[in-house]
Amino acid sequence: MTQGFDYVIIGNSAGSMGCIEMLRSIDRSGTIALVAEETCRVYSRALIPYYLAGQIDLEKMYYRKADFYEKLNVAALLGQKAVDIDTGKKEVLLSGGERIGYNKLLLATGGRPLIPPMEGLDKENIFTFLNMDDVLKIEKALKSAQRAVVLGGGVIGLMAAEALCKKGLQAHVVELAGRVLAPVVDEPVSSLLEALFAEKGVQVTTNNTIKEIKGGSAVDGVVLTDGTQISCDMLVLAMGVAPRIELGVQAGLKIDRGILVNERMETSQADLYACGDCAQGYDSVAGISKVIPLWPNAYLGGRIAGANMAGGRRENVWSTNMNSMHFFDLCLITAGLNVSAKDPGDFVNISRLDMQKKYYRKFTLREGRIAGFILAGKISRAGIFVNLMRTKADVSQFADDLFNEDFGYGSIPENLRWELLEKDLILGVVNQ
Amino acid sequence: MGKILIKPEVCIGCHLCEIWCVVAHSRTKDILKAFLLEKPAALSRVIVEESLPVTFALQCRHCSEPECVFACISGALYKDTVSGRVIHDSEKCVGCYSCVLVCPYGGIIIDQENKKVIKCDLCEGFEKPYCVSHCPNGALVYTNQEEGGGNK
Repeated sequence: MTQGFDYVIIGNSAGSMGCIEMLRSIDRSGTIALVAEETCRVYSRALIPYYLAGQIDLEKMYYRKADFYEKLNVAALLGQKAVDIDTGKKEVLLSGGERIGYNKLLLATGGRPLIPPMEGLDKENIFTFLNMDDVLKIEKALKSAQRAVVLGGGVIGLMAAEALCKKGLQAHVVELAGRVLAPVVDEPVSSLLEALFAEKGVQVTTNNTIKEIKGGSAVDGVVLTDGTQISCDMLVLAMGVAPRIELGVQAGLKIDRGILVNERMETSQADLYACGDCAQGYDSVAGISKVIPLWPNAYLGGRIAGANMAGGRRENVWSTNMNSMHFFDLCLITAGLNVSAKDPGDFVNISRLDMQKKYYRKFTLREGRIAGFILAGKISRAGIFVNLMRTKADVSQFADDLFNEDFGYGSIPENLRWELLEKDLILGVVNQ
Repeated sequence: MGKILIKPEVCIGCHLCEIWCVVAHSRTKDILKAFLLEKPAALSRVIVEESLPVTFALQCRHCSEPECVFACISGALYKDTVSGRVIHDSEKCVGCYSCVLVCPYGGIIIDQENKKVIKCDLCEGFEKPYCVSHCPNGALVYTNQEEGGGNK
C-alpha cells in the first residue's frame, strides 16, 4: 500500500531544511516525508574543509540537532534514493521499491561533482569533495598521504588545498583557467591569492589540467596537458558541481542547466517545487536565469518553496551570486557581477589595492549603482554594500567613502540613510 | 518581542553604549576590570554611527526574517521562536562570515581574536539591555512590541 504525505521533500541539505522549517512555522500538523540517499542526518557540506583541517569535530558538522526530524515531526527516509516520479498518480518511487504519495513535492537534490573524462580515474585515493562519504574517505587517506594534487582552483579547490596544507600535506593546485577563482574575483585578487598560497607552500599551476592519472592500483602522480609530471599520493577533484536534474527530467519538467523555477520556486508542473543547487532561478543583478549553487541561496529557496507549498504566497524578491570566503588569514567577500577591468562595457569599476596589506576593494557601478563588489582583507559590515546593491541606491555622491574601512550608515548621505533605515523600524521618534 | 529603538535627535555620540556593551559582555561585569584586566577584552556589539552632527547607535535588529540565520552554514545562528531573539551560538560558529555578508545593518561584528562573530543578544539575563539602561540621554529605548521589525 502506498503511504501518502502532504509534503514530500527529496534531499537533505540546506534547501530541505529551509523548506521544513518554513512548513512547520505555518502548518504544524501536515505530514512531511524527507527522502535522502545519504544515511546520516543533515550536515553542512560547507563545513567539510573546516572538519578536514581539524578546526571542528564531526559533531559540529551536523547542521541541526539529532532530534531535528522527530521534533518537527518529519518522517526521515534516509538511505533511500528517489528513482522516479509519477506526476499523474503523484507518487515517488524509492530505490527499495516502496512508493510514497505526495500532495506537494520539493526537489532539493543538489549537485554532483563535475568530473571530466581522464585516463586512470578508477585508481584509489582519488576523491571528490562534496559529501560525508568523501569526507570519511579523505580523512582515512590523510593518515598516510603526503602529497596531494587538487584539480580545480575555484572556491572548493582552494579550500580543499588549504585544508590539506594545514594537515601537513604538500598540496598542488591545478587550474584550467589563467588564474584562480576566476569566475568570482578579478585579476588583482587572483594574484593576491596565488601569492598567498605560494607563501604557505601550496603550488598553483594555471592554464593547465590533468591529461593522465598515473599509478598502479592507487594514484602516484598526474601528467598535465603540457607534459609536466607531478607525483602525488592523493588527488582531489574539485571542478565544481552540476545540478542533479535526473528526477526533473523523468517528471518532464522544463530544464535548462538546472530545473527551471519561477519566483515562487514552482517548476513547470503543478505541485512540484525545486530549490538549491539543482534549480535554476533568477539572478536579480545579472538579469538572467541562473543556477546559484550557494548554501544561503538554497536555504532561502527552500523557505520560499515551503511557504507556497503550505498554501501561502511568497516570492523570491532578490537573489544574486554572493560569497564569503577565507583562505588562511585572508577574508574575501564577493557579491553581484564580477566585471573585469579589461572589458568593463557599460560598467565603471572603482578600486583600491594595497598588495602589502593584502587589502583590495572594488565596486562595479552601473549608472551610479552598485552591480557588484569585491572586498579582500577588510570585510566588516559588507552587508551594507549588499543592501545598497539590493535597493539600487545611487552611490555616486559618496563613492569615495565606500573605500573607508569604517564605512557604515554614518557614511551614507542623510536622505538615503533614513530611507534605508526608517522603514525597518530602526527609528523610535524622528522628524517629530 | 523586545527590541531596541533609537532616537538620533537626542543622541550626543558619547559612545557610552559601546562602553557598557563591553561591560555587559565582560566576564567580571566590572567597568574597570573589563577594560584594564580582561585579556582579551570583550567587544562592543553596538556601533555608534557618526555623521556629525548626527550620531546614532546601531545593533542587531533581531529581524523577523533574519538573513543571517538563513545564510549561516553551521547552524550557529537561529531565531528563538519564543523570545524572538536572533541568537548566536559561539560554540558552533566557524567564522565563515556569511552573516557579515548578508546583514543589511552591518550588525554582526567580527571578533578578530577568536575568528568568529559576535552580535547583540539584547543582554540576556539582565532586566534591560545595558546600552539602553546606561544611555545618559535616553537615545536608546527598549520596547516590548508584538510585531518584530524586519528587513522586508
